[in-house]
Amino acid sequence: MAVAEGAHSRSRRGYYFYLVPGVIGFTLIVLIPQIANFVLSFTAWKGVGTPRWVGFQNYQKLLTDDQFWGSMIHTLMFIVSMTIIPVAIGVVLASLLFDYVRDQFGERVSNLFRAGFYLPQILPITTAGVLWGWILSPVGVANIVFKAIGLDGLAQNWIGDATWALPSVSLMIVWIQVGYCLVVFMAGLSRIDPSLYEAAQLDGAGWWQRLLSITIPMLAPEIFVVVLTTLIAALKLFAPVFVLTAAGPDNATMVPSYLTYYHFFTTQRVGYGAAIAVVQMILTVTLAIIFLRFQARQQATE
Amino acid sequence: MADTVLGMSDATTKKTVAVHGRRQRGIGRWLVLGLVVLGLLATLFPFFLTVINAIKTSAEYAANGPLALPRGIDFVQLQKFWDLSDYGRKLLNSAIISACVAVFGVILSTLNAYAIGIGKVKGSKTLLVILLLGIMVPQESIVYPLYYMAKAVGIYDTQLAVIIVFAVIQSAFGTYLLSSVLGSFPREIIEAADIDGANSWQVLWFVVIPVLRPTLMVVGTFFFIWTWNEFLIPLVLLVSNNNQTVALAMGLTRGQNLSDPVLQAAASLLGIAPTIIFFLIFQRTLTRGVAVGSVK
Repeated sequence: MAVAEGAHSRSRRGYYFYLVPGVIGFTLIVLIPQIANFVLSFTAWKGVGTPRWVGFQNYQKLLTDDQFWGSMIHTLMFIVSMTIIPVAIGVVLASLLFDYVRDQFGERVSNLFRAGFYLPQILPITTAGVLWGWILSPVGVANIVFKAIGLDGLAQNWIGDATWALPSVSLMIVWIQVGYCLVVFMAGLSRIDPSLYEAAQLDGAGWWQRLLSITIPMLAPEIFVVVLTTLIAALKLFAPVFVLTAAGPDNATMVPSYLTYYHFFTTQRVGYGAAIAVVQMILTVTLAIIFLRFQARQQATE
Repeated sequence: MADTVLGMSDATTKKTVAVHGRRQRGIGRWLVLGLVVLGLLATLFPFFLTVINAIKTSAEYAANGPLALPRGIDFVQLQKFWDLSDYGRKLLNSAIISACVAVFGVILSTLNAYAIGIGKVKGSKTLLVILLLGIMVPQESIVYPLYYMAKAVGIYDTQLAVIIVFAVIQSAFGTYLLSSVLGSFPREIIEAADIDGANSWQVLWFVVIPVLRPTLMVVGTFFFIWTWNEFLIPLVLLVSNNNQTVALAMGLTRGQNLSDPVLQAAASLLGIAPTIIFFLIFQRTLTRGVAVGSVK
């Protein structure tokens, strides 16, 4: 036995070898760039020559940069379309599909619905952007429909008008995000003991009451996961804005990721862009740590 | 969470149906169905609009508007966008990049997960947390150094650069997923192979990988589709037209000023088409394994 143990621990040490390619790759592609970006955020650099150390100057400038604060406020607004609305629609829809449509019309029908709502989720966002850009353009489908039904007043320059640009991008985001919430919630619902619903129904609870008193509390772990992951995604929002509005008009849809990109590759203020990216990273890591702790706790209780 | 959902058994689902399977009558059920159908139609309407307009002629669009059904099928605008954007080339680029990332990503993930899940090397918990944090942080915070490094080593504007970056990024996630799968791999099988004198490499190749194959296929599928849809890093690393991907071509059409609405519809249809094909092939994998992607 002792010999076998010894042999085993010897071979165990040999397993480190298998980590070599992965760890080298991760160090080169993620860790070093991450550290480099952090260091760059304390410098002034045009992308060529030697970066000049400026201490906290970039961060000080951020405090009074209206473009940056605007982008932060827009992020808060995009949380509505990334997280709040899709989660609300997702819970109701998942519960309707799972608890009602499936009961009455069978699993096949409810799976078909789920697949349909999920479709926008797997589209490249840039393709979704082309599609919605076409629908929302001044001469696009949306305006043609409004004019056709006599609501000429509703026809807007959706993407080109500072008032409507953010709601327009948000509309596309909701369209994309509902499917993700729906699928996660439906997976969660299959975990719930059906006898809970049976009992509630015998007690005369209607669908709405069951939603509030059983479905939502039981789905709490899934809701938590979806809320955190979509919050993280909201902080990183880039492609929808890039494709639909290019952060315009007049910064009306500027988000931190776009601002970073803009400073890296347009104004060439690399250090400043890096500082914005660091702020974004710190916010994301905070959320990510909450998420990971929650998952660890979940797994411990399982 | 991720593996819980992935492993969700059909047995539970079926039991639920059996217990739940009592049908109600009345208008209520049709009303609810009607509402859900309405929601679904609203979701799918943009796709429908794209299809019916992409196959119209510009004259027909001008005369009857976007809501009229097409009179026939006309490929002129589809052909025009195809040529304009060199779409065949873009498809090929996307396919090459995504397939390479899927293969290399799965290889890297498997090696890492083997050391962590089966080898139970020390510090593996910390390593997993670092890997996960590494992929959750915004790509903006690594994109400039990557751009600079790619230029410095001379692989800027090559597909190789994008393949390396995404194989590593995706594998961080794959490691997380596969480690938990391998962590519950039956030890007796490994020990039996040990006793037979197999070394760790033989155990991996002849024992672990054959058992793991279905999971590896799922992980590879996800890597493929995620990479297909990536935007920011390809945008920064691939400048020349010849190297760009489908997602990139779509993202840059805005700048190309597609003034003709039918041409725009044709562009979206061509962008959507590959996704629909993946979706039809991998529908079950994609909708069930979604929680897997939740940390990205």
